[in-house]
Amino acid sequence: MIRRALITASLTLSVALVPLLARAETVAIVGGTVYPVSGPRIASGTVILTDGRISAVGANVAVPKGARIIDARGKIVTPGLIAAATQLGLSEVGGERSTNNAGSHGPIAAAFKPWYGFFSESAYIAPTREDGVTTVGVVPSGGFISGQIAMMDLDRGTATDMLLRAPVAMSASLRSGRFDGMYDDETAGTPNTAGNEIDNGPNSRGEAFGRLHALLEDVRYYAKHRTGYDNGNLRGLATSRDDLEALIPVANGIEPLVLQADREDDINWALRFARDERIRLIIAGGAEAWKIAPRIAAAHVPVLAGAMNNLPTSFDTLNQRHENLAILRKAGVDIVIVGNTGGGDEAIFNVRNIRYEAGNAVVAGLSHDEALRAITLAPATVFGVADKVGSLTIGKEANVIVWDGDPFEFATRAEHVFVRGHEIVERSRQDQLLDRYLHLPPTRN
Amino acid sequence: MIHRSFRAIVAMTVAVSFVCGLGTASLADPGPGALSVPNADPYPSTYTPFAGRTVLIKNATLLTAAGPVIKGGSILLQNGKIAALGTNVSGPPDALVIDGTGKYVTPGIIDVHSHMGDYAVPGTFSNSDGNEATNPNTANVWAEHSVWPQDPEFPRALEGGVTTVQILPGSANLIGGRSAVLKVVPSRTVQGMKFPGAKYGLKMACGENPKRVYAQRGPSTRMGNMAGWRAAWIAAEHYRRTWDAYTAAPKGEPPARDLGLETLAEALRGNINVHMHCYRADEMAQVIDMSKEFGYHVTAFHHAVEAYKIGDLLAKNNITAVMWADWGGFKMEALDSVRANIGLVDAAGARATIHSDDGVGVQHLNQEVAKAMVAANRAGLQVDEAKAIQWMTINPAYSLGLQAKIGSLEVGKNADIVLWSGDPFSIYTRVEKTWIDGAMLFDATDPRAQWRTDFELGYVNTGARK
Repeated sequence: MIRRALITASLTLSVALVPLLARAETVAIVGGTVYPVSGPRIASGTVILTDGRISAVGANVAVPKGARIIDARGKIVTPGLIAAATQLGLSEVGGERSTNNAGSHGPIAAAFKPWYGFFSESAYIAPTREDGVTTVGVVPSGGFISGQIAMMDLDRGTATDMLLRAPVAMSASLRSGRFDGMYDDETAGTPNTAGNEIDNGPNSRGEAFGRLHALLEDVRYYAKHRTGYDNGNLRGLATSRDDLEALIPVANGIEPLVLQADREDDINWALRFARDERIRLIIAGGAEAWKIAPRIAAAHVPVLAGAMNNLPTSFDTLNQRHENLAILRKAGVDIVIVGNTGGGDEAIFNVRNIRYEAGNAVVAGLSHDEALRAITLAPATVFGVADKVGSLTIGKEANVIVWDGDPFEFATRAEHVFVRGHEIVERSRQDQLLDRYLHLPPTRN
Repeated sequence: MIHRSFRAIVAMTVAVSFVCGLGTASLADPGPGALSVPNADPYPSTYTPFAGRTVLIKNATLLTAAGPVIKGGSILLQNGKIAALGTNVSGPPDALVIDGTGKYVTPGIIDVHSHMGDYAVPGTFSNSDGNEATNPNTANVWAEHSVWPQDPEFPRALEGGVTTVQILPGSANLIGGRSAVLKVVPSRTVQGMKFPGAKYGLKMACGENPKRVYAQRGPSTRMGNMAGWRAAWIAAEHYRRTWDAYTAAPKGEPPARDLGLETLAEALRGNINVHMHCYRADEMAQVIDMSKEFGYHVTAFHHAVEAYKIGDLLAKNNITAVMWADWGGFKMEALDSVRANIGLVDAAGARATIHSDDGVGVQHLNQEVAKAMVAANRAGLQVDEAKAIQWMTINPAYSLGLQAKIGSLEVGKNADIVLWSGDPFSIYTRVEKTWIDGAMLFDATDPRAQWRTDFELGYVNTGARK
């Protein structure tokens, strides 16, 4: 059934964005403690999934005739989790460039749409789903203007089937070029074959903000003079036409700019920059954001941050601490929990651990409700997909998880995972390896 | 990211122990300028325990790593040792009595795969001292000569209940150099952190890292890796024979010293523990054969992402597997990572051990073990907390040869103790206090007493500015 639906969907691109909804069964999840996130907890609630969407949520909800009933007594029912800053599907084996689709070329890659490289057969999607993550943000890496961010549902099918909305934001980093810790001594700053120095992006913060300003000026100028551009009558511009086009919604304050910034001063300058340029800003990383939490709250700038890292890993993160998220939230900042455990694993192989990141945020002072919100409704809202996902609300996609306990605890398992109304039951590649080697020596090879 | 994955890739260390008094009796005082003999100890530990007082923790749950869980248990720390434990323990009148109701007590956590100090934070160029990536064989380097005692990762590890660590060279090289076994204590010098009496380890590395790093000059293949190790062992055999003959009957000019061969010869003599970074099952099997070819013992395979495929082979050869709970995927040899790895290795009868290889991970090894325990039980294995605690305490102690001193709650062992706010395998639990040799070196309730490294002064201020 599912397979046929996928084939049908893949034939016509026009229906690809909602391919599986119509064929999903009607499911009634009955008797669980329901966390809609968009509203108060329901002690013994029912959630109805119809045609791939949530059709009812509440304490006194009638079960439709013929519905499959899931007894959720003693269980917890939440929306599917959202891991907002990942490279899931963009890089399968980090050490193998042939599998890497996360980055573009050059410091300004505004036109880069990484979801064209999303690997829907990635072995990590199933384990991620198994742990209750049903939506991910797919974020490009590298460069100064890194490219565009997409939100993907971890549905079955191809990348076009999984695409929820794109672009949802533009990604940029203050730390690129020569003063990025990942600076490549072998290529940066050396002449290319034309004899020009290769541009690896800004070499200082001052240059970064200056170039960002100049870029936005060029975008606005270009947008007003497209005809002149076509006629070849414009002054020189900072980047290509495709990049300029991609940046128009950013310059107009419609599409947010996600700026990777950790240092207190970087964040503070970014707030001022966004105000002066009238752009929508989201801070990512935000290691020292807690130090100026009230200013960030007053500017209504959301922060994407993790809960695990408390190390002064660089001079930009000297005051990184576990309590960052709790302090920000207390000050009224919209927070989104993303992985920052370090090692790089949290963005791909261990996207599944986002619930533990949330649990650790709770230990550091965030309330349980706020932590759950920060991996469901908050990222959906910040990235403009709250009409589709992020809470148990009538009309939203039926991305629903039934947990056998507190979702943040290690011992807890996602017993039922629904994506767009389909329950996904599968043996991941990791499960299959386990099956093979559970008893040694293995009986087949 | 590149930097970190490189560290992860380069995770095998060989440690050799030159400890005064542990060596063969035939070796007389080597004398000045004649340290090329077993058991020379040219950089001796200057560690002395911090001042402690007698402590009685009452009515706690004790995860001893040496038997069943003791509920409603008490433990007495006296003169730096565990003096008593059980359900009916009393202390002298001057003992500090701590109510352990609702709390857990465990042995101090031991992380045998760490780069604290040699890949210190902040991760500046200057602090990058973990890989002497100038030659595929750097058996001549010693990690302790890179360790910066002011690395802010150390106090954070202590706050996570970690009391003993093995600091390894990175994994760029086939043979990376000697490890250092340290207590997680504040000190001006690395000598002040060195665990008295601990053997050295030797770090070696399989697979992708050496062949990637040395692709231009070789080794550039896995068969090249094997040839590189075998050539080194052949040279070490000759060196060992030459020196053993000389020390048996010292006459005339001693043979020439070679730092790298000294370390390898000590590994052949069994005076240094071999810790080898190796991901793939088939490569581990090759290395086991190589160890038999040259007559040494592999103490532990580190990372060992595919250890679950050969748990029986590891058990048969008495080899520890040192593993993550769930890292994987970042390179081909890490692709087959499964979360039940630790549980499966344990079930096969090999010594299973958690490790961090990471300055964040080292702070919550209890959580990593929790994940591994849950995965094991989900796979149908029967792993309780009494078993799981061993993965981060007594099992790593064995791979350091320190099982008689640390790693479990048993009378007479060092009082390296952690008091937890609750079940250490719950995400909501935190370390309340950590003792090393009976001295309380971390107390969450007393922020003023917490260890701050020199680097942090004036830079790291958790008080709000405005």
